[in-house]
Amino acid sequence: MTLSLFRARSTVVWVVLVVATLVSWAVGSEHGTGSAIAVVVLGVAVFKVRYVGLDFMELRQAPLLLRGMFECYCVVLWCVLAGMYLWL
Amino acid sequence: MNQVTLRSVVGGDRSSAKPARHVPGEPGLWILLFGDMVVFGVFFGTFMYQRSLAPELFDASRQTLSLGIGLANTLILLTSSLFVVTAIRAIRSSQRLAARWLLVGALACGLAFVGLKVVEYTAKVHEGNTPNQNAFYLYYFILTGLHLFHVFIGIVVLVLLLTQAGKSDLSGTRMALVEGGACFWHLVDLLWIVLFPLLYLVS
Repeated sequence: MTLSLFRARSTVVWVVLVVATLVSWAVGSEHGTGSAIAVVVLGVAVFKVRYVGLDFMELRQAPLLLRGMFECYCVVLWCVLAGMYLWL
Repeated sequence: MNQVTLRSVVGGDRSSAKPARHVPGEPGLWILLFGDMVVFGVFFGTFMYQRSLAPELFDASRQTLSLGIGLANTLILLTSSLFVVTAIRAIRSSQRLAARWLLVGALACGLAFVGLKVVEYTAKVHEGNTPNQNAFYLYYFILTGLHLFHVFIGIVVLVLLLTQAGKSDLSGTRMALVEGGACFWHLVDLLWIVLFPLLYLVS
């Protein structure tokens, strides 16, 4: 009974998020300061944040204003963190 | 007459094609959740600014962190989120026992996160890496400490969800509280998803 509950989009998202985490760890653990890899790792993190919001918090079916605010948060977060890493 | 018929047909097609949009949890809760996300966003930015003042120090310090524990904790929280979102689906389909077991699984993940964090903090302090050592470790303990505080609140929320999951019929208000509690736990996961690369991989 419980296993049938896992036949859902959220389980597929979980697999994608686990793979993304392992890829980030593999490419991000060894790099010097100022590396472009860091920007990619931050991008993967924000990609993961977006899918946690859309599929785990169920914002995919939320009113467009709420979903839009969350999507904006993701974009601003990545721009600020990547920008500060590259240009400060 | 024709207009009425046309409207009703178009309206009927729309409602059958797309499910109604729905705010997860109480709408007011999202002020708290977004507020928390913005506050942590400011902390993330502050950390990046401090890093820019001493990039070599931050890079050397991050390499002394327990990367394996950070990675394990990320996977643990992701798994707990899967358990919670699946438990909500179980509650909606009246599979009460399954919902309770899934929430027990999420609770076990939360406790495992805390256990690993205690192991990590203990190791760092024994190695002499305290908040007084440098700016990196000051921010490391502040950011992970604030997150750990959220984990503790999240664990209490999961216990409350567990008590509600056993009830045979949840009212709309109670179901909104359950959904809101689930969203708070996902927020705990979401914040760690940024903290892990920021502290362990990027700095």
